[in-house]
Amino acid sequence: MTKPETIIKKIWDKHVVHQEEGNPDLLYIDQHLIHEVTSPQAFEGLRLNNRTVRRPDLTFATMDHNVPTKNRENIKDEISRKQMETLKTNCEEFGIKLADMFHPDQGIVHVIGPQLGLTQPGKTIVCGDSHTSTHGAFGALAFGIGTSEVEHVLATQTIWQEQPKTMNVHVEGDLGPGVTAKDLILAIIAKFGVKFGTGHIVEYTGDAVRKLSMEGRMTICNMSIEGGARAGLISPDQTTIDFLRGREYVPQGEAYNEIADEWLALATDEGAEYDATLTIQAAEIEPQVSWGTNPAMCVPISGATPSLADVEHKEDVQRALEYMGLEENQPITSIEIDHVFIGSCTNSRFADLEKAASIIEGKKVKEGIKAIVVPGSFSVKLQAEQVGLDQIFLNAGFEWRNSGCSMCLGMNDDIIPPGGRCASTSNRNFEGRQGNGARTHLVSPEMAAAAAIEGRFVDVRKFAGVLN
Amino acid sequence: MEAIKQHQGLVFPLNRSNIDTDQIIPKQFLKRIERTGFGQFLFFNWRFDDEGNERADFALNEPKYENSTVLIAGENFGCGSSREHAPWALLDYGFKVIIAPSFADIFYNNSLKNGIIPIKMEEVQLNKWMEQAETGRLVLDINLLEQTITDQENLIVPFDIPEYHKEKLINGWDDIALTLLHQEKIEQFENSL
Ligand code: SF4
Repeated sequence: MTKPETIIKKIWDKHVVHQEEGNPDLLYIDQHLIHEVTSPQAFEGLRLNNRTVRRPDLTFATMDHNVPTKNRENIKDEISRKQMETLKTNCEEFGIKLADMFHPDQGIVHVIGPQLGLTQPGKTIVCGDSHTSTHGAFGALAFGIGTSEVEHVLATQTIWQEQPKTMNVHVEGDLGPGVTAKDLILAIIAKFGVKFGTGHIVEYTGDAVRKLSMEGRMTICNMSIEGGARAGLISPDQTTIDFLRGREYVPQGEAYNEIADEWLALATDEGAEYDATLTIQAAEIEPQVSWGTNPAMCVPISGATPSLADVEHKEDVQRALEYMGLEENQPITSIEIDHVFIGSCTNSRFADLEKAASIIEGKKVKEGIKAIVVPGSFSVKLQAEQVGLDQIFLNAGFEWRNSGCSMCLGMNDDIIPPGGRCASTSNRNFEGRQGNGARTHLVSPEMAAAAAIEGRFVDVRKFAGVLN
Repeated sequence: MEAIKQHQGLVFPLNRSNIDTDQIIPKQFLKRIERTGFGQFLFFNWRFDDEGNERADFALNEPKYENSTVLIAGENFGCGSSREHAPWALLDYGFKVIIAPSFADIFYNNSLKNGIIPIKMEEVQLNKWMEQAETGRLVLDINLLEQTITDQENLIVPFDIPEYHKEKLINGWDDIALTLLHQEKIEQFENSL
C-alpha cells in the first residue's frame, strides 16, 4: 500500500518543476489572478527587462480594490483612475483576459475565481493578495504573493517555494444553531493567535467543516492568513463538486464527472500525518466579536474586553483598547456602533447576503447608523436583485452598492471617519484599516445585520429566536 | 536588486508586536504605479497627525533617530496584507536591515526580493538591544557573509538565514533570470500536462 498523504503533499508533488537539495522547490502555477494594486510594478519590470507573459491563458485580471461602488463612470481620484487604466493597458498589451469595472464578471478577485470556476481542486493558484487562501476552500493550493513574485509568475509561470510544514486544524463536533463559519474562524484565531500558522499550510478538518457550504468554507480559508498561515485548504468532497458543476471554466458534461473523480481522489488519505495538529471544540463556540486591533483580539458575544491584570502583553492590549475607545472588562453588548459594512472577500457572497437579509427583513436600521451592503461581485449583485434581497436591505435603510473591496480597506471613497465604529464582515481590524482612526469590529453577516438594527452588538441567536 | 554583503547603521527601536503592513504603509498610498517614492509614507499614521504634522509621540520623528537604517521590532513583523509597498517604503526611507523575533511569511519573502535583510533574533538579545537603542544610541554592524551582528561593545551575535537567500542577497541576483535557467524544465513540465 502507498503511504497515506495529505492533500497538501499530493498537490505539491504534482507541481514540482525542479527540485534541488537545500533550495526551495520550483512550483508550476496553474492559475494566476491579478488586480490593479499589486500588478503595475510587475508589468513595468517585465517591460524594463524585455520579458513577456509566459501564459496569458492562465492569467485572469479584475479590478476590485479601488473601484468606486457608486458613480463608476466618473472617478474623481486621478491616481486611482490611472492605476485602473494601467491594468487595462497592461492586459491589452500582454493578451490577458480582464473583467474591468463594467464587465459582468467583475468582482473581488477571491469571489469571482470560484464563481467562474477558475478555482478548482488540485490547482496551484496565486495572486498578489494575501487572501488568496480563500481558494483553498476548493482543495486548491492557493497563496498570496508580493509584486516581485507576481512579476516572476508572469514571466515564468512558476514560483520558488520552500516546502511548508503541514498543519491540521481539527474542528471536533458540530457548531451550535446560529453559529457561523465566520464565528468558527474567528474563534480559531482567538484561541491559537495571529501567528499559529506561520510557515505552515493549514488543512481544516472535522465534521463541522464538512457540513459547511462552499461559502462557509471560503470564509474559513479566507482568514487563514490572519492566523499567519501560508495557505489554508479543505479537502474536496461532494459539496465542492456540486458547487463547481456547470461553471464557466470547468469541463462540462461527462468530462466533468471524470475530472470530479480525480478531484475527489486528492482528499487527504485516512491516516496521513501532519507536522502539527490543533483541535478546537465546535460546540463551545458562540457568535464572535473582535474588540481590538488584530483578529485574535476577539471574544464571544457574551464576553467582555480583557482585564489588563490578566493579559500577557499588557502594553499591546492597552494600546488596542485606547485605539478602540474601549475600557477593560467592558461587556461586548454595551458597545454601540455607528457604521455597518456587509461585504469583502470574507463575507460578500450570495449566501452571506441572504443570511443577513433574513435578519433584516421587515426591520429598520437604527437611526444614525450608516449601513452599506457591497456584494462581492457583479453577478452576486444581480442574483441578489433577482430574488429581491436588494429591496429588503433598501427598505431597512441599508445602501445597496456595486461590487468591490470597498470599506474592507477604504481605498475608494467608502471610508469610516476618525473615531467611527463599524460592525464589519471583513477580515482585518487593524488600526486605520477602514479609515484613519476608524474602529473595526469583525463579525459574521448575521451579527452585523443584528447590530445594524439594535445599534449595538447583540447575540443574533436570541435576536433570530434560535436561542431564548 | 542591489547586492548587500555588510551593513553598519543606527538602530531605530519599535517595540510593538504584530506590526502589520497596513501600519507600515496605509492603503491610501498604494495607488502609485511606480516602485519608488514610498518612503515618505512609511508608518504614516504613526508619524503624522490628521493635519500632516509630525507627531511628537512617535520616536522615529526624534532627531536622534535621523538616518537610522536598522529597524528592531517585536514579533510577527509585517503581518497582514501582502503589499510589497511595505518593504518598498522601508527601503526607500533608508532601512536596510530589520531585526525581529519573527516575521510574517509573505513580508519576509518580499523583503528579501528587495535587498532588505530580515534577521530573526531570539528575544533576550533583541530586547537588550531594543532597550539600548531606546535609552541611548545603538549602532550595529551586520555582516551577511559571516552571518554575525556586532554591537558597540564588540559583542558578536550570530544569526541564521537560509543559504539560498544569502547567496541572492550578496550577489544581488534577479530571481527571474535564475529561474529562466530552468526554462527547458518548465517547457517539459508544460508538455507533460
Ligand atoms: S475585500 Fe478586503 S481583504 Fe478581500 S481582497 Fe479586497 S481588500 Fe483584500
